[in-house]
Amino acid sequence: MNLIQLAFSLSVLLLALAVVAVLMRGRGGVSGAVYSLSAIASGLLGIAGVAFLLRAGAPQLMTLPIGLPWLGMHLRLDVLSAFFLIVIGLGGALNAIYGLGYGRHEEDRARVLPFYPSFLAAMTLVVLADDAFSFLLSWELMSLLSWALVLSHHRKDEARQAGVVYLIMAAFGTMSLLLAFGLLAREGGYGFEAMRAGAGVRDTAVTVVVILLMLLGAGSKAGIVPLHVWLPLAHPAAPSHVSALMSGIMTKVAIYGFVRVTFDLLAPAPWWMAMVVMAIGAVTAVMGVLYAMMQHDLKRLLAYHTVENIGIIFIGLGLAMGFRSNGMETAGALAMTAALFHVLNHSLFKSLLFMGAGSVLTATGTRDMDRMGGLIHRLPVTSLLFLIGAVAISALPPFNGFVSEWLTFQAILLSPELPQWGLKILTPGVGGMLALAAALAAACFVKVYGVVFLGRPRAPEAASAVEVDRWSQGAMAALALFCLALGIMPGLVIDALQPIALALTSGLLPAQASDPWMTIAPIGAGRASYNGLLVLLFIAASAMMAAWLIHRLAARGVRRAPAWDCGFEMDDPTTQYSAASFAQPIRRTLGSIVFRARETVHMPPPGDNRPAHLEVTLLDPVWDSFYGRIHGAVAWLADRANVLQFLTIRRYLSIVFALLVFLLLVLTLWN
Amino acid sequence: MTSGLSFDIAHLLAGGLVLISFMMLYQDRLYALLNVYAFHALVLALSVSWQAWIQDAPHLYVTAAIALVFKALIIPAALHRIIARLGIRRQVEQVVGAGLTMLAGMGLVALSVVLMLRLTRSVETYAQEDLAFALAVILLGLLIMVTRRNAVSQVVGFMSLENGLILAAAGARGMPLVVEISVAFSVLIALIVIGVFLFRIRERFDTVDVAALDEFRGEKQ
Repeated sequence: MNLIQLAFSLSVLLLALAVVAVLMRGRGGVSGAVYSLSAIASGLLGIAGVAFLLRAGAPQLMTLPIGLPWLGMHLRLDVLSAFFLIVIGLGGALNAIYGLGYGRHEEDRARVLPFYPSFLAAMTLVVLADDAFSFLLSWELMSLLSWALVLSHHRKDEARQAGVVYLIMAAFGTMSLLLAFGLLAREGGYGFEAMRAGAGVRDTAVTVVVILLMLLGAGSKAGIVPLHVWLPLAHPAAPSHVSALMSGIMTKVAIYGFVRVTFDLLAPAPWWMAMVVMAIGAVTAVMGVLYAMMQHDLKRLLAYHTVENIGIIFIGLGLAMGFRSNGMETAGALAMTAALFHVLNHSLFKSLLFMGAGSVLTATGTRDMDRMGGLIHRLPVTSLLFLIGAVAISALPPFNGFVSEWLTFQAILLSPELPQWGLKILTPGVGGMLALAAALAAACFVKVYGVVFLGRPRAPEAASAVEVDRWSQGAMAALALFCLALGIMPGLVIDALQPIALALTSGLLPAQASDPWMTIAPIGAGRASYNGLLVLLFIAASAMMAAWLIHRLAARGVRRAPAWDCGFEMDDPTTQYSAASFAQPIRRTLGSIVFRARETVHMPPPGDNRPAHLEVTLLDPVWDSFYGRIHGAVAWLADRANVLQFLTIRRYLSIVFALLVFLLLVLTLWN
Repeated sequence: MTSGLSFDIAHLLAGGLVLISFMMLYQDRLYALLNVYAFHALVLALSVSWQAWIQDAPHLYVTAAIALVFKALIIPAALHRIIARLGIRRQVEQVVGAGLTMLAGMGLVALSVVLMLRLTRSVETYAQEDLAFALAVILLGLLIMVTRRNAVSQVVGFMSLENGLILAAAGARGMPLVVEISVAFSVLIALIVIGVFLFRIRERFDTVDVAALDEFRGEKQ
C-alpha cells in the first residue's frame, strides 16, 4: 500500500468513526474510543505526510470510481499536500488527545463526537483532491461539519447567530470557488492535471479573475479582512479543541486551496496582483491584532489573532507571487518557505493557545478575562504552557513564531531587487505593517497573560479554579515542545520545505541542516543568519545568572506583601488592571481612528452614592460600512419584493405572460 | 411534397387557427366562446390531419382524432353542461376592453412571426410558418387567460394555448405519438381538475368570478 492509499483509507476510517459515534451514542466509553482512534488515525496521517515529504518522490495518484460520471474522484499526493497532511495530522492528533480529557466535561457529547473525526477526514480529502469536483465536495463537507460543530452548543444565542453568519459566508465562499474552478476548467476539464496543462494558454485576465475569486473563496474561509466576520463569532462558539482545530487547521486548509490554485494551477500572475495580495495581508494582520486588542473574551481574542496570522501568511504568499512573476526564484522560494513555515507554526501555537483557553474555561467556567486573574497559582502547568504559546505567537525567540516572521522579513528585505516601482514602494510599507502587527501582538499577549494568569483573582470562580487533567496537559506540553523544537531547529523544517518551494516557485534555498549549531542563513552566510539554539542558551544562561545574583544579593525566600494600590491597602481585586484598561493606550491612539472608540465617564450627581463608571463604545468598521450596507440593500429589496406575495392569480399570470413576451422581444432584437 | 398547394393549405389552416384565436379574444358570452373554441379544435384537427397527409405520418391522424373527439366535442359539451348546471352568468367580464385586447393580440402575432422567421431560418419554409402561427396561438391563449375574470373563460384560454402546442408539435417532424397522447391526457386531467374546482368555487362563493377568490384572500382588486 503506498502512502496515498494509506492516507485515503485513514480518512475513510475517520468517516466510519463518525458513523460508529452516531450508532454508539450515549454509551460510556464511546467518547474515549472516538478520540483515541481519531488521534491514532490523524497521527498516522501526519506520519504519512512526513514520510512523503522527506522522500519527496513523484506525486502519487489514485482514481476512485465514485463521484461525477466520466470524471470519477481523483486524488493526488504531492509535496504540497503532504505538508498540509502533516499540519492536519499533527493538529488533529494532539487536539484529539486534548479532547480525551476535555471531552469529559462536554454536556452534549453526541453533538461533537461524530463530527470531530469526519471533520478531520473532510480536511484530509480537501488536500488530497485532484479534481474540482472532489475538491469542492470535500470543501463543502468541511464547511458543513465545522458548522455543525459550531452549533454544538446550539442553545446559546451566540452560537446560533455565529452559525447563521458562518453558513452565509461559507456559501458565499464556495460560490466563489465554484466560479473560479469553472474558469479554470475552460482549457480542458475539471481535473487539476488539465488545469495545470492549460496554464500556458490561459488569458492573463482569466488568471487575474481566478486569483480574485480564490481570494474571496479561500480567503473568506481563512479569514482575510473584510471577509473575516464569521471567524471571531464561529471559532469561539465551538468546544475548545474544535476551536483549535478550526482556527489552527481549517484556516490552513483554506490557505492550501489558495496556494494550490495560485501557484500550482495558474501561470505566474501579473506583478500587481502580488501588490493586491500583499496589501490584503498587511491590512488583515494589523486589523486582526487591533480587533484582538479590544477584546475581553479570551477565545474571541484568540480568534482575532488567527485573522492576524492569516494576514502574515498572505503577506508571505503575496511576496512569493511578486518574486515569481519576476522570475526571482530564490527570493520566491524564501517567501514561500516563510509562508508555509508560518502555516505550520501557527497551527501549533494556535492549537496550544486554544487548548490553554479551554483549560481556563474548564477551570473557571467563563471566557470573560475580567473575571479571571491569578490563575498562575491555581493552574501552574497550564499557565506555563500558555506562556510558551503566547511567547511563540508574539514572535519572540527562541520559539518558532520568531523564525517564520524573521524569514518573512528577510524576504521583504529582498524587495529592492524587484524591478517594479509599485512593489518596491509597497513592500517596505507592508514590512512596517507587519512589524506593527507583531509588536501589537506581543502587547496583546502581555495583556492576556497579565490579566488572566497574573495578579489576583477578580472573581470567585478564578479563586477556586482547579488544574485540568493529564491528557489535556500532555497535549499542550507536546505542542509547547514542538514550538520550542521548531524554534531551535528551524533548518530541518526549511530543508524539508524546499521540495515544495521548488515545485511552486522553481527556486531553492541553500541547504540549512549542514550549517553548524542549527544556524539558518536562508540567503547566504554573508547576509543574515539566526541561531535559535544560541539564543536559547543565552536566554537560559542570562536568566539563571540573574536569578542566582538576585538570590545571592537580595534576600532569599519568598515574601508575601500587599500589592501596591496607590497607598491604600484596598483588598478589592477590581483595583487591578483589567483587560479594557490595559488596552486603553492603544484604544486611544489607534482605536479612536479605526474603531472610532469613544470613552464616556458617567459621574453620579453629588449626593448619589452610586459609583462612577466609564463606558467605552467601539464601532466595528467592517460591520458598519460594509456588511451594514449590504444588509440594508438586501432588506430594502426584500421589502420591495414583499408586494409580490399578495397579488391576485390573474396578476401572477400577467407577470408570467409579460415576462414571456419580454424575453421573446429580447430574443427577437438579439438575433 | 413542398409543392405550392400543400403548403398553401397548411398555411391556410394554421392561419385559420390564429384567426379563430382572435375570435375568442372578443367573445363576451360564454356559450359563444365555447362554440368558437370547438371550432378552434376542429380546425386544429383538420390542420393536423393535413400535416399527417403531407408528411406521410399516420400517427398524426391519431392526434387529429384526439383533437376532434376530446377538444371539439367532449370538452365543450362538458363545459356547456357545467355552465348550465351551475347557472353561471353567461357574460364574461373583461379586464381590458376588446379593442385594446385585439391590438395587443396583433402585436403578439407580429412578434411571433418576426421571431420565428428569424430564429428558424434553417428549417423548411412551411414548418417555419407553422411554428410562427403556433407561437401566435400560444401567446393569444395566454392573453385570453390574463384578460378574463371568469374561471371558465380562463379554462378556455388554457385549452386554446394547448392547441397551439399541438400545432407546433404536428409541424415538427418526428414527434413521437407518446408525447402527444400524454399531452392530450394531461389536458383532459386539467379539465377534470379545473371542473372540480369550478364546482368547489361555486359552492363556496356563489360565483365563478375569480375576483371572489381574491376577496377571500383578504385583498382588494
